[in-house]
Amino acid sequence: METTGLVSFGRYTCSHLYFLLLIVLPLGQHTVEGVWPLPQIFTSSIERYPLNPQAFYFGYGRQSAAQFGCSVLDAAFIRYYSLIFPDYTGNGVLHNNLSVSAGKASLNAETVWGAVRGLETFSQLVYQDDFGSYFVNQTEIDDFPRFPFRGILLDTSRHFIPVHAILKTLDAMAYSKFNVFHWHIVDDPSFPYQSQTFPDLSRKGAFHPMTHIYTQSDVRRVISHARLRGIRVLPEFDSPGHTKSWGKGQSDLLTPCYSGSTPSGAFGPVNPALPSTYQFMATLLKEVSSVFPDSYIHLGGDEVNFSCWKSNPDVRAFMQKMGFGVDFTKLEAFYMENIVNITTFLNKTAIVWQDVFDYHELRSSPSVVEVWKDGCYLCEVRRVANVGLRVILASPWYLDQPGPTHNWARFYTPLNFSGTAEQKKLVIGGEVCMWGEYVDATNLTPRLWPRASAAAERLWSDEKQTSSVDKAFPRLQDFRCKLVRRGIRAEPLYVGHCKHEYQGV
Amino acid sequence: MTSPLQLALLLLALGFSRGLQHHYPDQADQVDGEAELELVAEPSKFGSLWPLPQKVKLSAVSLKLTGVSFQIADAKGSSAGSGCSLLQDAYRRYYEYVFGGAKRQQQPGKGRRAAGPAVLTELQVWITSPDPECDGYPGVASDESYELTVDQPYAVLKAPKVWGALHGLETFSQLVYEDEYGVKSINSTTISDFPRFAHRGILLDSARHFLPIKVILANLETMAMNKLNVFHWHITDDQSFPYLSRTFPQLSQQGAYHPYTHVYTPADVKMVVEFGRLRGIRVIPEFDTPGHTQSWGKGQTDLLTPCYSGSKPSGSFGPVNPILNTTYDFMSQFFKEISTVFPDAYVHLGGDEVDFSCWKSNPDIQTFMDQQGFGKDFSKLESFYIQKLLNIVATTQKGYMIWQEVFDNGVQLKPDTLIHVWKGNKEQYQSEMANVTSAGFQTLLSTPWYLNRISYGQDWQGHYRADPQDFKGTEEQKKLVIGGEACLWGEYVDATNLTPRLWPRASAVAERLWSAADVTDINDAFNRLSVHRCRMVARGIPAQPLFSSYCPREYKGV
Repeated sequence: METTGLVSFGRYTCSHLYFLLLIVLPLGQHTVEGVWPLPQIFTSSIERYPLNPQAFYFGYGRQSAAQFGCSVLDAAFIRYYSLIFPDYTGNGVLHNNLSVSAGKASLNAETVWGAVRGLETFSQLVYQDDFGSYFVNQTEIDDFPRFPFRGILLDTSRHFIPVHAILKTLDAMAYSKFNVFHWHIVDDPSFPYQSQTFPDLSRKGAFHPMTHIYTQSDVRRVISHARLRGIRVLPEFDSPGHTKSWGKGQSDLLTPCYSGSTPSGAFGPVNPALPSTYQFMATLLKEVSSVFPDSYIHLGGDEVNFSCWKSNPDVRAFMQKMGFGVDFTKLEAFYMENIVNITTFLNKTAIVWQDVFDYHELRSSPSVVEVWKDGCYLCEVRRVANVGLRVILASPWYLDQPGPTHNWARFYTPLNFSGTAEQKKLVIGGEVCMWGEYVDATNLTPRLWPRASAAAERLWSDEKQTSSVDKAFPRLQDFRCKLVRRGIRAEPLYVGHCKHEYQGV
Repeated sequence: MTSPLQLALLLLALGFSRGLQHHYPDQADQVDGEAELELVAEPSKFGSLWPLPQKVKLSAVSLKLTGVSFQIADAKGSSAGSGCSLLQDAYRRYYEYVFGGAKRQQQPGKGRRAAGPAVLTELQVWITSPDPECDGYPGVASDESYELTVDQPYAVLKAPKVWGALHGLETFSQLVYEDEYGVKSINSTTISDFPRFAHRGILLDSARHFLPIKVILANLETMAMNKLNVFHWHITDDQSFPYLSRTFPQLSQQGAYHPYTHVYTPADVKMVVEFGRLRGIRVIPEFDTPGHTQSWGKGQTDLLTPCYSGSKPSGSFGPVNPILNTTYDFMSQFFKEISTVFPDAYVHLGGDEVDFSCWKSNPDIQTFMDQQGFGKDFSKLESFYIQKLLNIVATTQKGYMIWQEVFDNGVQLKPDTLIHVWKGNKEQYQSEMANVTSAGFQTLLSTPWYLNRISYGQDWQGHYRADPQDFKGTEEQKKLVIGGEACLWGEYVDATNLTPRLWPRASAVAERLWSAADVTDINDAFNRLSVHRCRMVARGIPAQPLFSSYCPREYKGV
């Protein structure tokens, strides 16, 4: 008696995810701690069904719009087979062989992306008994995410993160059902993105021009690895501040700072007074929008320091000419509007950090504002939603803060966003930020996991069902051990042990 | 051929960001300590030496090394020969660290003749005392000093004992750098070095989480890179008993997280002890009693005190039961085994955080208290237990270390007992150090070095500033301070995050305990430590970054 997986699809390109997992076949009793993040509707019984790794296979339902040859699912079947049967070393039977099925699990989803999530859920339902046999309990799940945007930001400028570490993070993201990799790829300390159009940017702005860069093929690899896991790659090219490294490979881009009447030799933010700046940005962003297929692009816009602009006589003259007076926020707004216009022209949806929204009256407005500052961040969310802009929330999830150690519950806090239905709809999701001042490949994974998983459940699951930290704790502990078993160096939540401990150093 | 020293050191340097620290304008309160400096790495005049040797004379004369001809060999006059496997192992280890693996060797004789005037062909290791201690174990009185001279035609490392030679090899490997053509180079140098403190330790806790042997060994390896010499193995605690005892196998059978996958077998322990020995590291086991012993009770009935609720046993258990003779019989046998398994002259007996409430609840204990005339003072009962335990351990010819509470509670101690200070704030631990030493006891400090406590930012600077001799006392008292230990308690730490959490933060402690007391320049320390951390990464240790920067060879794992 075996159980096989069956996936069928309705329409292929629909916005709502919908899938159903159904298993029939009676036997003994046992159970798993559960699924992380918690599915929306979940019923299971103590009836369990054995899975035979030799006979188990994934197949496409007859009615499914996707069939063999669907790259995302073909790859997902192979991946999840070995995630479900970690001890099984024989050859998995993955071709279509419908004859052996005495019992079936079926998974219905409107898109392949929903199916990938469903496979993850299914993999978490399977457990081994004391004899090593695989079982799954009779279960029925109807699931969809609370928010469509569930992101993780990695900062590859303050420290270079090798591609293999990014790929590993994408794997772990899929296990927690994250779907956006926000790639804060460049910043003051380094410019590791190797641009086709402006190769000098990384040649001079990276920590090292050969070993500490992301080539075009690296970027493609990240995007394709992410796509197969249902993860979007959202690039951020933050300007006009946070751009010191850009200036090394692109002269006249940054504002020369003055001390008195002579240039001091230091440089400030991007120079908004020169037309060449906008030509450069248009060319660079054009490249970026063709390299990164996602329809969103993050333009940054945070923490612009005005002191250098103030010191520069040319910038001041430009201010006069434009009638900005001495209000440098107007100058920043002018710059950001131009950049947003460029992305609009490129058919991309612009995301900016909240600074852009806070300090400027926006004429051509960006579509999405990311709230990152502390304090009453829900007030800020409301302010943004009030003017009809979409919001992404990052403030509660600054995970680069390491301590205190047992603080995962902090990232699990319910959102309690009180607003009108219209406003709520504008909150499209949230994001975990892993800034890189103190993080590189040596400590990224344990600092990120399983704390980011707490945020993942907040963003995926129904808040009413997941309001108790105490109830979530054993399920998260169990999930953390699953991550370790899958080779993710997820740190412990508290004392205890996993059946299979991490075996690296 | 000479090249300016400055150039050589520039090449060692890292590119560090001069940018502002972003994204935390509203969270300044969460950044630990206002005194923390934002540092920008520049080359130190001491290169990447860590911990800084006592006396260093660097010259600008640069010599080349090539893996094809370079070798590390015993000096003619050395008392240690090719039979000294401890040194032979170390030669191979450091050859690999310096050259990144084997290079094809030339025919003997040929290579050395081919060497030009600016090539260093050999490091001669010269053990000067009659007994090199090749097959011995390091101890608190071991001579760890060495002298290193790098010059034409070969470098000489002189040490009275192998322990000093091991440190000298590490120092030698830290002097080697790559020039702009990737050629291994070393500057002519004279170093005379010895540790400021004899006891420089790391505590790892394998009870709150089981630590696979591989992780323990990797951290012993890293300790050697930092000249730390004591692995304090907090092997058991309330949560689990992973030590597989030959005398009482049921202790781990019942008390470990898993009786087979989460235990340390006698072979495992032997491996750890030997791996440590080969790196000049002592292994001091801690079997903490009478508190912190919940896991012991699972495999040894009647060892723990049954707690009462009202007039009935509640079913839960408290600390070790101090009123039963069977307790002391058990302890005698158990510590007899320990004294043979762990060769070090010391064993750590714990004695911290004893909760009296269970003892109070138990009527038998109350009766015993009355009989002994202890009244209601349960610290007297604790003293009673500890004294009996100390006598037991003394019969095994071991010295003992204990946590400070045992001293605080006035337990009578042998004069050679080491008091381990771990409690309180700065003022409190300083007065504790003063009290312990004025009572004539030797002591070591851990309070400022609880590395399991983490915060945002560069907390290594706080670890670096703490000094175990910084308290009010006479010179005589200061001499009683034998060192300190960095503690990494295991509530939130296992193999997944141990190594990056420990390194390079423990390196800050290592320099404080090794280098001269006046080595306190935090900027210079940052410059050297940044490169030292990259060296650990290049050697495969995931030591976390100090601040925005990069390493020439980033960590290859995930």
